[in-house]
Amino acid sequence: MSILVNKTSRVIVQGFTGKEGTFHAEQCIAYGTNVVGGVTPGKGGQTHLGRPVFNTVKEAVKATETDTSLILVPPAFAADAIMEAAAAGIKVIVCITEGIPTRDVIIAKKFTDKQGATLIGPNCPGIITADEAKVGIMPGFVFKKGKVGLISKSGTLTYEMANQVVLADLGISTAIGIGGDPIIGTTIIDLLKLFEKDKETEAIVIIGEIGGDMEIQAAEYIKENITKPVVAFIAGRTAPKGKRMGHAGAIIAGSKGTAQEKMDALTKAGVTVVDSPADIGVKVREILNK
Amino acid sequence: MNIHEYQAKQIFAKYDVPIPKGKMIEKAEDAIDAAKEIGGNIWVVKAQIHAGGRGKGGGVKLARSLDEVEKYASEIIGMTLITHQTGPAGKLVKKVYIEGGIDIKKELYLGMVLDRAKELPVMMASTEGGVEIEKVAAEMPEKIIKVEIDPLTGFQGYHARELAFGLNLSKEQIKEFGKFAKALYKVYSLNDASLVEINPLVLTADDKFIALDAKMGFDDNALFRHKDILEMRDLDEEDPAEIEASEYGLSYVKLDGNVGCMVNGAGLAMSTMDIIKLEGGEPANFLDVGGKASASTVAKGFEIILKDPNVKAILVNIFGGIVRCDRIANGILEATETTRVEVPIVVRLDGTNAKEAIEIIGKSSLTNIISATDLGDAARKVVKAAKGV
Repeated sequence: MSILVNKTSRVIVQGFTGKEGTFHAEQCIAYGTNVVGGVTPGKGGQTHLGRPVFNTVKEAVKATETDTSLILVPPAFAADAIMEAAAAGIKVIVCITEGIPTRDVIIAKKFTDKQGATLIGPNCPGIITADEAKVGIMPGFVFKKGKVGLISKSGTLTYEMANQVVLADLGISTAIGIGGDPIIGTTIIDLLKLFEKDKETEAIVIIGEIGGDMEIQAAEYIKENITKPVVAFIAGRTAPKGKRMGHAGAIIAGSKGTAQEKMDALTKAGVTVVDSPADIGVKVREILNK
Repeated sequence: MNIHEYQAKQIFAKYDVPIPKGKMIEKAEDAIDAAKEIGGNIWVVKAQIHAGGRGKGGGVKLARSLDEVEKYASEIIGMTLITHQTGPAGKLVKKVYIEGGIDIKKELYLGMVLDRAKELPVMMASTEGGVEIEKVAAEMPEKIIKVEIDPLTGFQGYHARELAFGLNLSKEQIKEFGKFAKALYKVYSLNDASLVEINPLVLTADDKFIALDAKMGFDDNALFRHKDILEMRDLDEEDPAEIEASEYGLSYVKLDGNVGCMVNGAGLAMSTMDIIKLEGGEPANFLDVGGKASASTVAKGFEIILKDPNVKAILVNIFGGIVRCDRIANGILEATETTRVEVPIVVRLDGTNAKEAIEIIGKSSLTNIISATDLGDAARKVVKAAKGV
């Protein structure tokens, strides 16, 4: 078990032959991901990295029975790529691309929902199920197999936290970077549901940040529905109001979306909230060893 | 990206959102001609800066003669306007917008923004116009009427009716309001705005609606398809260091502390600021070198951080994924060759090629570099270094 992706996932890469697509597809293959092909319009029929290239996702689905897509196309074309994947029946769509217009994401998400597909991202590092499949751009070597599920709005901070969990001798079941944009496909709550059901996952780590109220909604959900221990960190306690901190979504608007507000809501819901980003690993170990 | 009131009104006009007659000027001697061109016998002279609260700060004046128009224009152009949004340093005013006076019956509020929780844009209206809408939202939330608009259906009649009935408009007014709101939706959606705000929206003596103020912000991710809006960018309104950083693919925000930070990734960069504070220090900046950091971008990062004279120590915190730590290490060496870095640098490198990176740093002859093993260790060391102990 694990969630969303595993060694049986049949993965295609949209934007396969591009610079980014090539680099990351190679890395995914090296990790052991079952990459069955890729899509680059106009390059159908070619072979790239020893795998077939298709003009459309529909053709790729027909030929390879792919169920998972990793999207690495430029922002102007990314929403189109997401919708193409959903229309072709792909079930797990992971969009790495940063900088997609919000309006496009709103529409793409509505469509993926309608098609019953799961969209991860955009502007995210992707998903990794340790020792099984990497559908993303994270450094695979950090993620050693274990029993902690990780949900994060960030990229490098996810690697930092996963590393701490691994150094605490616990390891990762599945880690998902959900992205730092104002609108994202899969929310914290969606993943909490999956981790709660996953037998391999014994504890859940949430790495949130300033902006929006997703963590507050998650807190309410955890209180009523999650039985596994949850440890959380919220980045951006020192961020000034009204300033965007890198991620498009990481901005405190008025008095809403502050780190403190989120930390308080999570604490109230019974989540162990750490003040220091250096304490995640030790804290999870402490709770699991109780 | 944000724009000025007069620019937002240019966009409004393009979509038939009614605005008062007006003209932007940069020299006070053009004020009388502008006022004559606008016509009438009463004018408003408004400072054009991006911050709100201009009226309270003395940046908006009512002129009852042509002489007064010129007088106020010359007073406002060149003044440093301080409002609750500019910070204590204020903002130098370089442009004013002169507008014809309007016969006001009622002041309302109308705005549009993205509701992240609902994942849709919402249009909001309130009878409490002309005051701070955040205050209304906090104190009398029932006074704000909201409708969500699905971009797939667009703005429909029922959206307008819900808002109009909520505003207690008369039958005649409802029709006019509907036209206005529909046009405003076009302004928002066709330009990939992130915010459109009219406060106040004026109901005139003859039951017409007119946008007395206009505020617009845009989705930065969508600017590539709006060249006309990109041309409205006013670099005077932005921090020069932030502009310079963005040209090199760096994301930089200046803060008030004395511990400079250079980090890869926005989340890790924010967390690094947080842990510096937890250890008793104050971060001097947010700096994300991004996923494509090279030796030269790292060198540029140092240059930008060191322009801030408050910086007493720098923490370089890199967790290498795509970014290779050895490249960062070379960047640090390059930076110290081209820029004189006199403050202590605490370096924490982990992840891809960390070992090689630590060797590169170890072999160098630099004496002001302090190595750290993990995030906590790095934060403690840099705070200590900044305090000079």
